[in-house]
Amino acid sequence: MNAKHEPKPRRQRAGRGLLRRGSVIASPYLWLLFFFLVPFVIVLKISVAEVQLAIPPYTPLFDWPEGGSLELFAVGDNYLLLIEDSLYIRAYANSLKIAAISTALALLVGFPIAYAMARAPRAWQATLVMMVILPFWTSFLIRVYAWIGILKNEGMLNGVLRWIGVIDRPLIILNTDIAVYIGIVYSYLPFMVLPLYANLVRMDRSLLEAAADLGCRPAGAFWKITVPLARPGIVAGCFLVFIPAVGEFVIPDLLGGSGTLMIGRILWTEFFSNRDWPVASAVAVILLLVLIVPIVLFQRHQQRQREADA
Amino acid sequence: MRRGLSGINLVALTLGFAFLYIPILLLIIYSFNESKLVTVWAGFSTKWYAAMVQNELLLDAAWMTLKVAFVSSSVALVLGTLAGLALARLGRFPGRTLFSGMVYAPLVMPEVITGLSMLLLFVALSWARGYWTVTIAHITFSMAYVAVVVQSRLLTMDRSLEEAAMDLGAPPVKTFFAVTLPIISPALVAGWLLAFTLSLDDLVIASFTSGPGSTTLPMKIYSQVRLGVTPEINAVSTVLVGIVATGVIAASLINKRAMVIREREAQAVVSD
Repeated sequence: MNAKHEPKPRRQRAGRGLLRRGSVIASPYLWLLFFFLVPFVIVLKISVAEVQLAIPPYTPLFDWPEGGSLELFAVGDNYLLLIEDSLYIRAYANSLKIAAISTALALLVGFPIAYAMARAPRAWQATLVMMVILPFWTSFLIRVYAWIGILKNEGMLNGVLRWIGVIDRPLIILNTDIAVYIGIVYSYLPFMVLPLYANLVRMDRSLLEAAADLGCRPAGAFWKITVPLARPGIVAGCFLVFIPAVGEFVIPDLLGGSGTLMIGRILWTEFFSNRDWPVASAVAVILLLVLIVPIVLFQRHQQRQREADA
Repeated sequence: MRRGLSGINLVALTLGFAFLYIPILLLIIYSFNESKLVTVWAGFSTKWYAAMVQNELLLDAAWMTLKVAFVSSSVALVLGTLAGLALARLGRFPGRTLFSGMVYAPLVMPEVITGLSMLLLFVALSWARGYWTVTIAHITFSMAYVAVVVQSRLLTMDRSLEEAAMDLGAPPVKTFFAVTLPIISPALVAGWLLAFTLSLDDLVIASFTSGPGSTTLPMKIYSQVRLGVTPEINAVSTVLVGIVATGVIAASLINKRAMVIREREAQAVVSD
């Protein structure tokens, strides 16, 4: 660049601009480096330590005994345990399975809602969006808790079904995987509906009219036009439900049974009940590795969408 | 174009909203139940609210939660707005990929990992766990939400007003405070509210990062829920739902009124 030929005031202004940019970026950047990135390095460090009865309850990574040289203590035992004890692998696999099924169910439930919202009269739409968001603002824990009362053996769902006469013995739902599916779909539904709605509402409806004029049936037009156009919303919604569901703790803990293996719960137990911080750290590292692929895919997708919108 | 909704769409909306709202409504209704059995209706009573108000431990936890939520959402608002501004307006800068990665990651990071990693940092620094560690953890994950809300508002706003201010000689910083900030203020309100309710709501990260004497309300609720459903918890939940719903609805009404006023002013200018 020919910066040195620039008149002086320009350069001064550029310097001020740099200062301004720096002051905008610096505080959030430093905060995130220190409180988000550094903690992960520590997790990584402790995942190769051994548990010991001390405070803190793990061995140091480096040791410098008197008169000796610097020693590095790193053990792969925690990772070996995760491979050897089938409990962990089953928990990872089961978490992925439960998250995938819940995501599919959330899409099935969420799509008709988002579609109907996008087709509703303009005057209603702001209110409808608000009504989808409102439950999200109310406590997650409380919304999960509400389902315990509904799904219990002597709960409201069984009461209603018995009163109608559909069943004569209570359905056992609470403390099973089905209750976990219901809990995840219920809790994460707004994350599915909102991106779907955002895409469907922008859809040019004359495309459907054109398809109808050309003799396409409504069902055919739906699969050939509506679904492909809503694809970015479908992808975003599925990621937003799937990724947090894999590491979910509260829902499997309150609604699932003792057999509902999910990795978030295992990590919690290792940490709070077994007090094995190194194994808990190793579980976290592997969970992050499992999730890194969907997370990166999701970020790429969002980036592309933002660029397409801009 | 047809007005109104077709039958199928109406059914979808009715069932969808029934699914979303019935559990919360049942929770509220049964908080007024006379009986301790949550599933049997034994008449109207407010005794669980009386029990709640007398439960000192519960009130302490609620007070702690409000303090954490207020401070963490306010700091997150400042940091998140700066982060959103950097991502929306500053174009390329060194380390931008890492920065945007760090801003977005907390949105999808499992809470158990965030909680564990924050705790291990605090232990490594030998910081005593308590009010401040919970607050710092909450700032870290909720600033991401503020950043996203602010960034998307900055990207969609009409920049001609900013350009006009600059053309009239306003320096960039002044333009930001006099023009940009008022325009994006609804997003700031939404971001702050979001951060506030996320903090109010959080069980997992608080469980990892809190210490003795800094039990938050969700932690208290969780430990009671594990022992079984009680109407007292229903009463606490109803109060929480009521506060949040009132706040959100009020904020959206204020927003709507501000928009109507702005439109009216714009029309007045045009008709002059």
